[in-house]
Amino acid sequence: MEKVFGRPEALQDREMHYCPGCTHGIIHRLVAEAIDELKIREKTIGIAPVGCSVTAYNYFNCDMQQAAHGRAPAVATGIKRALPDRIVFTYQGDGDLASIGTAEIIHAANRGEKITVIFINNAIYGMTGGQMAPTTLPGQKTTTSPLGRDVTTMGYPVKMTEMLNTLEAPVFLARVSVHDPKRVNKAKEAIKKAFENQVQGKGFSMVEVLSTCPTNWGMAPVEALKWLEANMIPQFPLGTVRDREGVAE
Amino acid sequence: MAQVKFNEERCKGCELCVSVCPKKIIHMAERFNSKGYRPAEVTEQDQCIGCAFCARMCPDVVIEVYK
Amino acid sequence: MAERVMMKGNEAIAEGAIRAGCRFFFGYPITPQNEVPEYMSRRMPEVGGTFIQAESEVSAINMVYGAAGAGVRAMTSSSSPGGSLKMEGISYAAGAELPCVIVNVSRGGPGLGGLSPSQSDYFQATKGGGHGDYRLVVFAPASVQEIIDLMYLAFVTADKYRNPVVVLADGLLGQMMEPVTLTEVEDLQIPAKPWATTGMMNGKPQSVINSLGLIGEELEKINARLQKKYREIEANEVRFEEEGTEEADLVVVAYGTSARVAKSAIAKAKLAGKKVGLFRPITLWPFPTKQLSELGKAGKRFLVVEMSAGQMVEDVRLAVNGQARVDFFGKLNGTIPSVNEVYDAIIKSFNGQGVA
Repeated sequence: MEKVFGRPEALQDREMHYCPGCTHGIIHRLVAEAIDELKIREKTIGIAPVGCSVTAYNYFNCDMQQAAHGRAPAVATGIKRALPDRIVFTYQGDGDLASIGTAEIIHAANRGEKITVIFINNAIYGMTGGQMAPTTLPGQKTTTSPLGRDVTTMGYPVKMTEMLNTLEAPVFLARVSVHDPKRVNKAKEAIKKAFENQVQGKGFSMVEVLSTCPTNWGMAPVEALKWLEANMIPQFPLGTVRDREGVAE
Repeated sequence: MAQVKFNEERCKGCELCVSVCPKKIIHMAERFNSKGYRPAEVTEQDQCIGCAFCARMCPDVVIEVYK
Repeated sequence: MAERVMMKGNEAIAEGAIRAGCRFFFGYPITPQNEVPEYMSRRMPEVGGTFIQAESEVSAINMVYGAAGAGVRAMTSSSSPGGSLKMEGISYAAGAELPCVIVNVSRGGPGLGGLSPSQSDYFQATKGGGHGDYRLVVFAPASVQEIIDLMYLAFVTADKYRNPVVVLADGLLGQMMEPVTLTEVEDLQIPAKPWATTGMMNGKPQSVINSLGLIGEELEKINARLQKKYREIEANEVRFEEEGTEEADLVVVAYGTSARVAKSAIAKAKLAGKKVGLFRPITLWPFPTKQLSELGKAGKRFLVVEMSAGQMVEDVRLAVNGQARVDFFGKLNGTIPSVNEVYDAIIKSFNGQGVA
């Protein structure tokens, strides 16, 4: 018998610290699979954010830099400009990318930096203990919105993929989910495309991945997948909103 | 003919694999692994169709699929 | 090949960096350093380098972080309020031990302050500014030529110690024009950086640029390593200029623009028969503590002149440690001391009247 599914080479053989059922692990694996399939592991440089995936450098089997909160797209810009033939990706959560790092992501996208951004949206701050995120749903209870997010004073979930779609430069913008095997396959396709674009010298690509946080949502992992499907997808519709040829180098 | 192998020590007992198995052959073991989780296991290996749904949903790369 | 040209201080910052092998500049406009990014936007394409006008000083320093981590000579420049915005990135770069150069053409503060030259960022440059137990090498040029020379030294020192280096000028030095000698650096000798994230080709093990130490002992080890490096820098990199301190009764301590004014005031005081010398720190960190201590032990008295309410004076007093009298003359933000003002301060200090 032949192994048809196992650990990708771009993922280190090491136990991950994520909570049971947290879908960060699935997304890590999808990124690693894409890197393996494109045979780019040795020339890939990743940027870990601040948040639950701060130690992503312990998991991805490629060179990594750890960036200050929200600054990953600026750090990625510095790396990609210094080493234009390498593949540079950021892995960022919703607090990192959609709150404290809005300036960095918007301007990296607007400059058309030839980088790949993997944006994990789980509608909450995981690392710090379940506070409200910019992507927290209306009415969703968090430790800093204990009565539920009141949109009249706390605003609405920020839709980053749609926001970036107002810019001219990005070549690929998609939102995917990992709440069932079919969606995981779709997510993988989008992530691979976002890396492939960079291999081909095209511009900025971002994949927003809807993800769960069973611990801070206060749900069992399987229940969290169902909650994501029922509650997050209506707010954050899935699909590719931008897929351009870009300008080949 | 297909087979799935579970690295029990890496399993955190989240049950995502159990929830997606079309043949319903994955169950949580009675025993604990060294981290204190009840690991997932396949009880009726001969019924496995090798769809890899379990492996795709596993956040901890616990599962290998052979065909 | 040497070339003699008239150059503005801000242009010298940029040209000095390019001649030091810097090919990556990331900045944001702020007065009075705008000629630096303007010059870079013109020159970098000529030398195959990269210029990015970042969306903010925060982004600019983080672009420097990424590029420095990728193994290239990279820099940013700004002025005081912009420097404050860079503090987060500087702390990260210090923690991750990234060689890079940060220029501050300082202006008055606090807050938006003013556009005129000032030396009130001394604390920020030498005492941290950002969070954590870190040190930056801080060079303080006093002429346009010295800007060129120290830009080169800044990149060399950054690479030598894997540490961020600050060049602290001020608005006067940035805006003034002086003749300078530009030399081609024949052999830059940029050291190999096997730790840089350049990819894992040819069996290179994984490189990680990081300042995180989650486990107690791990962070303690990181800090112990940093402190050891800082002691080494203190032992090797102190730079200063002395003029007539040996025979002097009173030593004026000043850096940058203040030192230029002090030189003229000292010349005037000498004509009046006063034995006055100048001690000009060129590295503000590591500070020439030992040298000043020895002058104190030798019975000299001190007058510190700064364009601030008194910042470096604290380091002079720490160095002298009560062994000698340390007077202070400062100009609050907004104006540059005149030669006569400093001369009067020297005379007062001589007469034991106290100053400021």
